[in-house]
Amino acid sequence: MKRVKRRYLALRIETEQMPLEREFVDAAWASIAKLYGEYGASQAGLVIIAYDVEEKTAVIRTALSTLSLVRASLASITLLAGVRASVHVVAVSGTIKSLYER
Amino acid sequence: MTRVFADLHLYVNTRDSAASSQTQIIRKSSKLGYKLVSVPFWSETPETEVSKLRACCMDAGVDYVSRVDLRPKSQNDLMRQLRKLRRRFEVVCVACENKEVARQAAKDHRVDLLSFPSLDFRRRFFDRAEAELASNSLAALEIDIKPLLVLEGPSRIRLLSNLRREAAVAIEFHVPIVVSSGVGDEWLLRKPREMAALAGLTGLGTSEALDAVSKNPCSIVYRNRGKLSSGFVAPGIRIIKEGRDC
Repeated sequence: MKRVKRRYLALRIETEQMPLEREFVDAAWASIAKLYGEYGASQAGLVIIAYDVEEKTAVIRTALSTLSLVRASLASITLLAGVRASVHVVAVSGTIKSLYER
Repeated sequence: MTRVFADLHLYVNTRDSAASSQTQIIRKSSKLGYKLVSVPFWSETPETEVSKLRACCMDAGVDYVSRVDLRPKSQNDLMRQLRKLRRRFEVVCVACENKEVARQAAKDHRVDLLSFPSLDFRRRFFDRAEAELASNSLAALEIDIKPLLVLEGPSRIRLLSNLRREAAVAIEFHVPIVVSSGVGDEWLLRKPREMAALAGLTGLGTSEALDAVSKNPCSIVYRNRGKLSSGFVAPGIRIIKEGRDC
């Protein structure tokens, strides 16, 4: 089987009140499902690697083939746990190591 | 090569009471990576407000592009407004409210951007005939991202379906597409690459979507700045030096 190439995304969450990790993950999945449907969401293979409430950052992993799908879905998030928010992709990398080096 | 990103459709409240929000939104767009920003004005906007906004952009480190949005009722009204305003603004956008205006705007070389109502799908006149006219002039199709962020459910589905059809027609007829934010709220501002990702929903490829937020708007601005400069004579001809020693 062909190896699935992955990308790690460093995210900055802008909101007045930081949501819980679970709430953020749910919002991300809901956004993907809303834009691309359950089939699209199933291809994304979204996994949360790190979530920092203090720094308002998160690191997620996705398949390279669905990178633009995930970017668009994260960009379309306007509410997190009922509070106005926006999620920005700060960096994209092939390995966690190089992502943290940036 | 590093891309220069532009957002040619920011809404800011130019009244004095909202000066802080105006500064905030411009600073934020600078922080997000935009180098060129434009705020549409109406034809009656006083010059003082434009210069105030220009100073605000300079402070934030972004290049301000003057833009006017025309909402003509008829073909003659459009021609009259273009004659009056073309040389005062770097970008001229025509909000096409009816077919007559849309067709005239598409074939007029003085029009830079064609904009259509996001929610009234019957008044989106960007079809093959419109695209053919636009391809022979210099007009580009403007797509705002804001409705994609704020709409939900069937209305967003219909909008996406329309945008996908229009983008396909624009690509077929080589009409440039310009993707702008169209927002007046800093929470809805997105980074240029995120805007490009959202533009991908309309069927644009990765490089086409990136061009829609960088190359296409920048080329409109640079072309018009060249035309509005004092040395411009005609397309391809400009004064380099004047005097006896030429």
